[in-house]
Amino acid sequence: MSTPYGSRAMPLAKAAAFLCCAAVAVALCAGCTHDRDVAAAAAVKLGERMSPGPYGDIARGRYLVRAGDCEACHTAPGGVPFAGDRAVPTPFGTIYSTNITPDPETGIGRWTGADFYRAMHEGIDRLGRHLYPAFPYPWYTRLSRDDVLSIKAYLDTLAPVRQPTRSNDLPWPLDRRGVMAVWNGLYFKDGTYRYDPKRSAQWNRGAYLVKGVGHCGACHSDKNLAGATDPSDPLTGGFGENAYAPSLAGGTRDGLGGWSAQDIAQYLGTGHNSLSAAAGPMAEVVERSTQYMSEADRQAVAVYLKSLPAPKEASLAGIDRSTLDRGAALYVDHCAGCHLAEGQGEQGAFPPLRRNSAVQASSADTLIGVILQGARIPATRGDATGLVMQGFADRLDDAQIADLTTYIRNAWGNRAEAVDADHVEDLRRTLRKSPGG
Amino acid sequence: MARRMPPVNVVLVGFGWTASIIAQELTDAGAQVLALERGAWRDTVPDFATDHIQDELRYAVRKQIFEAPERETLTFRNNAGQTALPMRHLGSFLPAAGVGGAGVHWNGQCWRFLPQDFVVRSHTEQRYGKSFIPQDMNLQDWGVTYEELEPHYDSFEYLCGISGLAGNVKGQLIEGGNPFEGPRQRGYPLPPLERSASTVLFDKAARAVGFKPFPCPAANASRPYRNPLGVQMGQCTYCGYCEWFGCGNYSKASPQTTILPVLLKKDNFRFRTHCNVTRVNTDSTGRRATGVTYVDVDGNQIEQPADMVVLCAFAQHNVHLLLLSKIGQPYDPAANSGVVGRNYAYQITSAVDVFQKERLNPFMGAGALGQAIDEFNGDNFDHGPHGFIGGGYVALWNTGGRPILQHYLPEHAPKWGAGWKQAMHEHYLTACSIATHGSVMSYRSSYLDLDPTWRDAYGNPLLRLTFDFQPNEHRMSDFLTGQAAKIGRAIPGASVHVRKRQGPYSIVPYQTTHNTGGAAMGSDPRTSFVNRYLQSWGVPNLWVMGSAVFPQNPGYNPTGTIGALTYWSAQAMKRYLKNPGALVPT
Repeated sequence: MSTPYGSRAMPLAKAAAFLCCAAVAVALCAGCTHDRDVAAAAAVKLGERMSPGPYGDIARGRYLVRAGDCEACHTAPGGVPFAGDRAVPTPFGTIYSTNITPDPETGIGRWTGADFYRAMHEGIDRLGRHLYPAFPYPWYTRLSRDDVLSIKAYLDTLAPVRQPTRSNDLPWPLDRRGVMAVWNGLYFKDGTYRYDPKRSAQWNRGAYLVKGVGHCGACHSDKNLAGATDPSDPLTGGFGENAYAPSLAGGTRDGLGGWSAQDIAQYLGTGHNSLSAAAGPMAEVVERSTQYMSEADRQAVAVYLKSLPAPKEASLAGIDRSTLDRGAALYVDHCAGCHLAEGQGEQGAFPPLRRNSAVQASSADTLIGVILQGARIPATRGDATGLVMQGFADRLDDAQIADLTTYIRNAWGNRAEAVDADHVEDLRRTLRKSPGG
Repeated sequence: MARRMPPVNVVLVGFGWTASIIAQELTDAGAQVLALERGAWRDTVPDFATDHIQDELRYAVRKQIFEAPERETLTFRNNAGQTALPMRHLGSFLPAAGVGGAGVHWNGQCWRFLPQDFVVRSHTEQRYGKSFIPQDMNLQDWGVTYEELEPHYDSFEYLCGISGLAGNVKGQLIEGGNPFEGPRQRGYPLPPLERSASTVLFDKAARAVGFKPFPCPAANASRPYRNPLGVQMGQCTYCGYCEWFGCGNYSKASPQTTILPVLLKKDNFRFRTHCNVTRVNTDSTGRRATGVTYVDVDGNQIEQPADMVVLCAFAQHNVHLLLLSKIGQPYDPAANSGVVGRNYAYQITSAVDVFQKERLNPFMGAGALGQAIDEFNGDNFDHGPHGFIGGGYVALWNTGGRPILQHYLPEHAPKWGAGWKQAMHEHYLTACSIATHGSVMSYRSSYLDLDPTWRDAYGNPLLRLTFDFQPNEHRMSDFLTGQAAKIGRAIPGASVHVRKRQGPYSIVPYQTTHNTGGAAMGSDPRTSFVNRYLQSWGVPNLWVMGSAVFPQNPGYNPTGTIGALTYWSAQAMKRYLKNPGALVPT
């Protein structure tokens, strides 16, 4: 219940009221100039051209478009890639993604490089209107101008598609884009990535990708009631698309403390490693995005993530023995066939649950979602199989799933908060309503 | 008038094991390949998911994943003196419908044939003389040798992740494996499955009798596996629901678990489901196939042109299609001439049920979890004193202990009521059964042709099967059953019920889905429909896969050999694609 994302969204009225107060606060600092430290961009050594000339720009743009998984949001289910019109659910309402093909009427055909850069850097479109941060400009602002223009160069090569953008389905006052100026004033600071000379080039490259085009924190960092991420972007876990994106920070139980840099790089390349496997939205991210990153970039991301400190461990309440006994029996009947008796999984096939950080995440929602809906390990260039687990929504009731989840999160040395049946019921209802759920 | 689709390089009729292998190989070679499947698309999840697949009533009793006889069946008679009648319910054999074919519902018993099996006629003549072969037996060499097929057996076994223990690696005999098998270039990719209590009983008893038992080769993965295509499998859970079920755990090799994840991502491969191919079309010379015609689920007739046609349907369906398409000379049993429909064969099975005291927990099983002896297969023993040709293995398969169909009761146990329940209570956990799996040779009196009376849903004549067990097969099977009984009786405290195969062949009770022949391979166009590369003699751009090409049926499950022949043929097809024409001159 601690965050507005996922099933327990902050009531809209409350969100709206909150933003209204915020508007007053921001009015007081109207005229504040944003730090547009363009000069800093020059200091960024990360945007070197892969090769000079337009083709180099296009190739780099294509690489970045994949690394940012732009297609995921800018493509409707079954629609033309990048033509937009995908409903992006947020706790505040539904936002429809825009057409970023070069169609002059409905896409970005009339946009100049400067227009595009402003959108990516400041969250303001060609006509000067504020964009909603469902478009992750709070991360994209960190991209170098060269990189942003490369992305534009690639998008300009797409076939133009006529696809008008639908109006968002947001309540007053959020339907007024001007409100976002207030939001930006409170929560957004533009500025390209600043190279940290105390760190290695590899670490800086990793940080640039994670905090920039990768926009990892959009899911993996916690958000406040207004949907804004802590400016430090701690990557200690957060909600996104009805799933909980586990912590990427240190911490051996629910973070990446127990993962080697190689484990992280392998996970980004194939969607699984000896410790875990991607499920839910992350499976798509691997399939469409991270598997196409260069090995050097995956390693760089790994090096950066491995440098994140472990957050303070919350103390956990004890778990009732009878819950664990019921959960253990369900586990034997439904899970042990593939994940094996000790939760060790099958190396090279089914992921372990024992010491799996995603399983022990501070929210059990991803695990519950997998039990309800099933999961598919990404099919990648390296691993074509795409092993699928069936969902158990029809087989197990809420109390059983709660017991099973609690057991898996506390068996074989795992440790995490218990789950109750009401929570499963809530999540079951939300997932049933969500697209693709 | 048939609608015409854009042409493709290669059209495959059916989308099971052989089609998947051919498609994978030929798309690698750059061809545009299309598979036409009469059944539905299906995949591990959701179709075989473990939350519902272990449903014996739905799948084993009501036969949900097999072909539907109301759409396509055959007529049957034991001999030419009878009038054949349609098979209205599946019984003796269970062809599949749907993507993956019978590769979805098989047990995974994946054998190699013996080197002599491929040269059985010349071998028999050489060892026993020509007169040893019955007059009406169409015993034939295959035109291909074990040595030629060995690398292709290897390919199939590594594709599937076979669990087993080699008995003969490059001529070196290995303790515990099958000492009679042909030499293999390397061991199996995975170690044998875990033994069950009943296979241990069998092993001890067979050794006591003086035989050399070995773990049966299994396409049920004993360990997690990644095949050479990079496709992953999980290890078998011994749930006991292989045969007649899809595997929900990615443990049983099938097209879905070994090839399709790679094949379906290729731009030069397509498939269409619910397309029932009813004709192979030929040009005016009759020497070139121009494609196929199929009927979709709405009854539309659609023509699919192709440079090359490969028949990958179930054995008798391939033959049916050839007969309907008037390709090749239909077999005439009176004159013993013609090739299409010739050499139909089956297998002959029997069992020895064993009742003893040790608790066996039969429900913990796998489709190919078994221990076997091979002393009496092929020509591994002197047939001289016995006066029959052929043989088979004797095995204890612990495929499972399903509640409805998989239990063994003593011969005189009550068949219903409280007495039946009492007997079941007493024996379910302790009874087991030893099976024999015997060869069936080809005869003039066993063949496939078109039925003069009965027609299918598309108005085409049904295929007619004329088949019976011959004295040679009964003698062989009785002999094999006697060996099985010896092993059964050597189990401590056992009483046995010997169930010989008696009387004429009946199409009603399930026996085995190992139907073979009808489009035999060979080196003589007068006695075979395809050459040694499985290419039609008369129509060189038409190829036939599967067990329809077996000239007779050796004493093993056929899938391993079907896989090997398919890889063998695929290599020939690649040569053909570069330089079309007959690969063997006539």
